[in-house]
Amino acid sequence: MKRVVITGAGTVNALGLNVPDTLEAMREGRCGISALQFRDVERLAIQIGAQVHDFDETAHFNRQQLSLYDRFTQFTLIAAREALAQAGLEFSGELAARSGVVLGNSGGGMTTLDENYRSVYEEGKNRVHPFVVPKLMNNAAASHVSMEFNLKGPSFTVSTACASSNHAMSQAFQMVHGGLSPVMITGGSESMLCFGGVKAWEGLRVMSKDACRPFSANRNGMVQGEGAGVFVFEDYDHARKRGAEILAEVVGFAMTSDASDIVMPSKNGAARAIAGALHDAKLNPQDVGYINAHGTGTAANDKTECAAVADVFGAHADRLMISSTKSMHGHCIGGTGAIELLACIMALRDGVIAPTIGYEEPDPECALDVVPNVARDAKVDVALSNAFAFGGLNSVLALRRV
Amino acid sequence: MNVQDKVIRIIAEQAMIEPSDVALTDTMQDLGIDSMGLVECIFALEEAFDIEVPFNANEPESSDFDISSVATVVAGVEGLIARQKG
Repeated sequence: MKRVVITGAGTVNALGLNVPDTLEAMREGRCGISALQFRDVERLAIQIGAQVHDFDETAHFNRQQLSLYDRFTQFTLIAAREALAQAGLEFSGELAARSGVVLGNSGGGMTTLDENYRSVYEEGKNRVHPFVVPKLMNNAAASHVSMEFNLKGPSFTVSTACASSNHAMSQAFQMVHGGLSPVMITGGSESMLCFGGVKAWEGLRVMSKDACRPFSANRNGMVQGEGAGVFVFEDYDHARKRGAEILAEVVGFAMTSDASDIVMPSKNGAARAIAGALHDAKLNPQDVGYINAHGTGTAANDKTECAAVADVFGAHADRLMISSTKSMHGHCIGGTGAIELLACIMALRDGVIAPTIGYEEPDPECALDVVPNVARDAKVDVALSNAFAFGGLNSVLALRRV
Repeated sequence: MNVQDKVIRIIAEQAMIEPSDVALTDTMQDLGIDSMGLVECIFALEEAFDIEVPFNANEPESSDFDISSVATVVAGVEGLIARQKG
């Protein structure tokens, strides 16, 4: 089996329009959540989100491209450009034929849907732009990445709600690990901060009106974000041969299904995914120094996740660090696992643990070291990234310092 | 139909039982209504009475809207109608 390493990373999210700015914000415990700005926001009960502001798409794309790129595709392409520039890879011949792109996404081109539904239903128009379908389809981002970088191998989109990115990265890992592809571009993106997108979430009554406070006793719900995270997963020997800089090694993963409830999480399903990732990576629980939590800030997730971690790690659960960076970049749904992987890379590579900000009151049901409010310096050899989706679909990745 | 009967009809429909089987002292748990069922119930009440119910599923107890029994839900709806439509 091939060893799999990460040789490039890119992102766009509310904390920064690239990786260095995002990591700096995580180190400083900065909050990317602010007042939402879009049409009809005053008709929403929930008016905050980790929205990407100061983003000028015309600085990155021409008119023709913008007629085809929904916001989730725009974020993905910018993140992919950053990741591939860092990796220093160009694809041609055999390498291009075998390398592909697997991305996570949940809502597709939600902004495009919203705008066009408004146009035909509210404004009564009977004509829409010819590119509505290719713009809103969930695989648009993966396809445009394949076209821009000449990736001709296995390419597709994975959609498992809040675990989409982790499932996508697990799939990409398998492809490189098993020798199918020498290089896979992977991660995910999401952009559903528009009137219809937030209105739908509002209906579930799980959103906070003021802040995302994971693990804090006074938490009152999730806050949605948007953005993309894209990585280059590469065969270790391939990366070494060309002298590439290695950010971290992906050493294992696991996927489980709760098979129980469409929205309520299960401790058992989460615990099986965490334990499965350790088993796949041939790690002992005490090897793990940091977990990037799913940590949504809902009553249900946080206590279930902490119970699952306590189950799997036993006494070691009190010695490891677990933080939720959603407190800063919001819940970026199908892109969230990818953005959160950056915190794992920072822990392994830079020895800096991103904090859980907004932490105000200890909760006895979440009695773990959640790295409250302030980042911490710590040497970490192994980090896990948790994702537990609506629908009970879970995926956990294990990373190691190189 | 008065407010109480209408509320009971909505709760009974959610619980998939006859309105006559709903007692004012019943809790949502007694009626087999789980947290998602409760969110659906609240949506149905908002639609039926054209009111906004302040309710966050993360902190059901700290909401101004008391969901501890059928009677408190009826009282809550009556209060909201008076405040929001009075």
